Amino acid sequence: MSTAVTPPPKKLNRIGLDVLSYKGSKTTLCAGCGHNAISERIVECFYELGVQPWNVAKFSGIGCSSKSPAYFLGLSHGFNGVHGRMPSVATGAMLANRTMLGIGATGDGDTASIGLGQFMHLLRRNLPFIYIIEDNGVYGLTKGQFSATADVGSKLKTGVSNDLPPFDCCALALRCGATFVARSFSGDKKQLQAILKAAIAHNGLSVIDVISPCTTFNDHEGSTKSYSYMKEHDALLNEVDFVPYYDDISVEIAEGEVQDVTLHDGSKLRIRKLGRDYNPASKFDALKAMAEAEKKGEVLTGVFYLETGKPNFMELLNLEDEPLATLPESKVRPPKEALDQAMDELS
Amino acid sequence: MSTIEVSPASPRSGEYQQPVINDFSIQVATVNGSGSQTANSVLMRAIFQMGVPVSGKNMFPSNIQGLPTWFTIRASKHGYIGRKKEIDFLVAMNPETVREDVMKLDSGAAAVYDEPLKADALRSDLYFYPVPFDKLVGPVCPEAKLRKLVRNMIYDGVVAYLLSIDMEEIHKALFKQFGKKKAKAAELNWGACRAGYDYAAKNFTKVDPYRIERMNATAGKIIIEGNAAAALGCVFAGVTVVTWYPITPSSSLVESMIGYLKRFRIDKETGKATYAVVQAEDELSAIGMVLGAAWAGARSVTSTAGPGISLMSEFVGLGYYAEVPAVIFDVQRVGPSTGLPTRTAQGDIISTALLSHGDTKHPMLFPSSPEECFSMAIEAFDLAEQFQTPVFVMTDLDLGMNNWMADRFEYPAKPMNRGKVLTREDLDRLGGFARYKDVDGDGVGYRTLPGTDHPHGAYFTRGSGHNEKAQYTEREDDYINNMDRLSRKFESLRAHVPKPRVDYHPAAEIGFVAYGTSDYAVDESRDQLKAEYGIESSYLRLKAYPFTHELEEFIRRHQRVYVVEQNRDGQMLCLMRLEYGAAEISKLRSVRYYGGLPLDARTVTDDVVRQEGI
Repeated sequence: MSTAVTPPPKKLNRIGLDVLSYKGSKTTLCAGCGHNAISERIVECFYELGVQPWNVAKFSGIGCSSKSPAYFLGLSHGFNGVHGRMPSVATGAMLANRTMLGIGATGDGDTASIGLGQFMHLLRRNLPFIYIIEDNGVYGLTKGQFSATADVGSKLKTGVSNDLPPFDCCALALRCGATFVARSFSGDKKQLQAILKAAIAHNGLSVIDVISPCTTFNDHEGSTKSYSYMKEHDALLNEVDFVPYYDDISVEIAEGEVQDVTLHDGSKLRIRKLGRDYNPASKFDALKAMAEAEKKGEVLTGVFYLETGKPNFMELLNLEDEPLATLPESKVRPPKEALDQAMDELS
Repeated sequence: MSTIEVSPASPRSGEYQQPVINDFSIQVATVNGSGSQTANSVLMRAIFQMGVPVSGKNMFPSNIQGLPTWFTIRASKHGYIGRKKEIDFLVAMNPETVREDVMKLDSGAAAVYDEPLKADALRSDLYFYPVPFDKLVGPVCPEAKLRKLVRNMIYDGVVAYLLSIDMEEIHKALFKQFGKKKAKAAELNWGACRAGYDYAAKNFTKVDPYRIERMNATAGKIIIEGNAAAALGCVFAGVTVVTWYPITPSSSLVESMIGYLKRFRIDKETGKATYAVVQAEDELSAIGMVLGAAWAGARSVTSTAGPGISLMSEFVGLGYYAEVPAVIFDVQRVGPSTGLPTRTAQGDIISTALLSHGDTKHPMLFPSSPEECFSMAIEAFDLAEQFQTPVFVMTDLDLGMNNWMADRFEYPAKPMNRGKVLTREDLDRLGGFARYKDVDGDGVGYRTLPGTDHPHGAYFTRGSGHNEKAQYTEREDDYINNMDRLSRKFESLRAHVPKPRVDYHPAAEIGFVAYGTSDYAVDESRDQLKAEYGIESSYLRLKAYPFTHELEEFIRRHQRVYVVEQNRDGQMLCLMRLEYGAAEISKLRSVRYYGGLPLDARTVTDDVVRQEGI
C-alpha cells in the first residue's frame, strides 16, 4: 500500500497488475450462491485498491464458505484449516508476520456454532484482520441443516421450523471488542464494496456479516435468508462510500447528514445517515438500531460501528516491526553470555 | 535394631550406631499452602552446596491450600537421584497424616515431629525428636498472620543440627531463595531457622545414624526444574511465537519462558519484543496459533499435558497432513481423563505417537534430564522445520516440576536449521515450485513463507486432499502418492532424531530399555541386580521415536529385554511390537509402574527378579 502513486495505465491498477492477478480458480459452489458474489467483490476491491496480492494471507475453516478463498486472490497465500478454528490459525500467522494483510472467509456454522469460542476470543484481541461471515443460516455441505444464525420461525425445505433464537454475530462483535462491525448482503454490490474497502484500510479487527443466500438449501418460501426475503426486508442503517487516501479529493462535507471517518492509512469512510440519529463510534447507537430493526422485522445492513485508534494486538504485545518469522538468528538466539548468566544464577 | 526412644528431658544414650553418611532420604510431611516449599528447597540446596548429590521430589495434591503434601529429599554419595522407596528421616508436621507417615517407616528411622502430635506414642522402634513449633515461632515472628508460613522454617534449623548440615549453607541457600528484593522476609525466616537450631542443640542428643558430610560431587552443577530447562531451551532455540493454556504440570514451562524472554529477548535497539506469547482460550486455539505461526515461518511452541494433547488431536492431524512445523511439549501426568493431575506418568506415548484420525504418526523426543530438556527443545525446533511436521517433546511431572541437579547447559553449537524454504531468489531461478513434490527423495518438499515477495511464491495449504502442487484433489493416485511420501518422510526422520544411549555389558543376557525419567530407577536397579543377585545387564535409553537401528540391534544381542515404563499397558513396548518381527518381539518383557510416584529402583529390581524366576 505504500507504492508511489502513478496514473494507472488502462486496465492495470496502481501497482501495475490486471484484475486477473486477483482472481482465483473456478468456483465449485452452486450457481447463484451468494458466496460467489462475495468472492467477486473481494477480487474487485483488492484490485481497485492496488493491494499486493502476495502480501495477503487468506484463511478459512470448513464448509461451503471456507472453500471460497480458493476462488479469489489466487496469487495470495492461503490456509484452509479445520472447522471453526480459523481465528487461531490466522492469529498465529499474523503474529509471525505482522506486515501481511489477513482476510478470513467463514460461514455461520464456523462462526456461530463450532467456532463460537474462537470467534469471541478473536474479537477480544482486536487482531488486525478482516473476518467475513458468509452467512446463509444453513449447513450446505451436509445438505441443509439449520445453523445457529437461522431466525426463529425460518423454515427448512422439508418444512421443519427453527424454534431456537439466532446468534447475532454483529451484536457479539460489538460487545466483545471488534473495532469495525458491518452487515451487508451479497446482492448489494455497492454497499459490500465500500465496506470491504474500509475493512482493508482499517487497523484492527473488522467483522463483516454478509447475508449470502444458499440457492440450494435455503432460498425457498419461508426462509429468512433467501434472496427474496432480503430484497423485501433489507433496511439500510446508512449509505457508505469509500474514498481511498490516494484519491486527492477534498470536498467539504456538511455536518450532520454525512460523516467522514478517517481510517488508518488516511482513506475515508463516508457515511450518509439517511435521516437517522446515529453515531458510528457509539456501540450504544448501533445496538439500539439493531434492536429496533429486529422489532420491525427488518434486516439492518450498513456500517454499525467503527472505532479508530484502539491499539491492535501486535501493538499490545509490543512486537518488533519486522516479521518475527524472518528475524535473523542474531536477534532470536541470545548470546552465550546470557546462558552463562542464567547458569550462574542456578548454581 | 534395638528399640530406642529419645525425649529431650532424658535422652537415652543409644547403642553404637554405624553412621549412615550421605546416603539416606528425608521426608517432610506438611499441608500445602503453608510455605513448606521454601523450607524444603532451602534444605535441599544446602545439602547440594555441601557437595553431596541430592534430589528433591514434591508430592503435592491438586489443591491450593490445606491438603497433605510430602517432599522427599534424597542425599546419595553414589549419585543416585531417583526416588528411594524407603524413608530414613521423617519430619512430621501434618496432624492428618502423622499416623500413616510414622507407621510406614522402617524400624530404626528417625522422626522429628510437632510435639502435640505425640508421634512417639505410635512406635517404639524409631528415634524421636519432638519440637514445640508453636512455642518457638512466637518469639521469632511477632506478626501472627505470618507465623503459619515462618513456622516451617524452624524444622530446617532442627534438621540442620541433627544431620550436621552447616548453618552457613542454610543461610546462603535461604538468601538465594528469597533474592535481594525480599531480604526482609529472608531475615525473618533465618530467625526461625536459628530458633530451631538452637532448640535442637539445647535439647537433643543425636542418637540416629544419619549425617551429611561435605563431599565434592556437585561442583559446577546447577539446580533446576525440567520445565525451566525446557523454557531456556526454547529461548535459545530462537522461539518467536509461544502459545499456551494453563494446565498442571506444564504451566511453569511457559511461565518460566516468559521470564527469560523478557530478560533476553527484547531488542536493545528498538525496545521491542522479538517474540509473542499468547495465553489462548483453550488448547485447540493454542495449537491452532502454533500452526498458523509456523506456517508463516515463525518458530512456534506450545506446552501442555495429556488432556491438552487430547484436545489438540484434530489440529495435529492437520499439521501432519498439511506439513506444518510445530513443537509441542507434553509434560505428562496421570490419566486417563483428569486422572491425577499432580502425579507423574509416561502414559501418553501411544496416543501421541498416533495422535489424530486417519493414518498419522509423529516424532517424539524423550528427555531424561534438565540438560536434555534444554538440548532437545533446540533439536525439536530444528527437526520440526527440517521435516515440516509437529514434533513432540515428552517430559513428565517428575522431570518438569521437581528440582534436579544438572550440569550447566551447553550453548548450541550449530546454527538454527530452518529447513527447506525457498526465497525470492530461488523462485526467480526456478520459476515456480510444487509444494509437495519430493524433489530430494527424502519425502520433504520445499515450502515458501507467506509474504515472500514474488508472484509465484504463494500456495494453498489445506487439510483436504491435495496433489503435489497443493491443489485440491480427490483422486485415488494423488492421495496414495501423498500418503506414501509422508511415510517416506517419517522413515527419513530415523536418521536425524537423537540416537539412544547404549551401554552394552559383554556378559549380559538381559537388557533394559527405558526412556525419560525411568532412567534413574533403571541405572540404580542394574547396580542392585549385580550387587544382590550377580546379574549383569545392558541398557539402552531411548531418546526418540521413530526408533533407530540401534534398538533393533540391542534386542538381537540379548536373550531377554525388559522395557521399563511408567504406564499400565506397556505403551512403548506396544510401539516396538508394531515395528519388529516375531523374533524380536518374543524377547520383549515389560516392567511397568503406574502409581503416580516417580519410579524407584527397588520396584524395577523386584519385578525383574520375579520375571527371571530367581
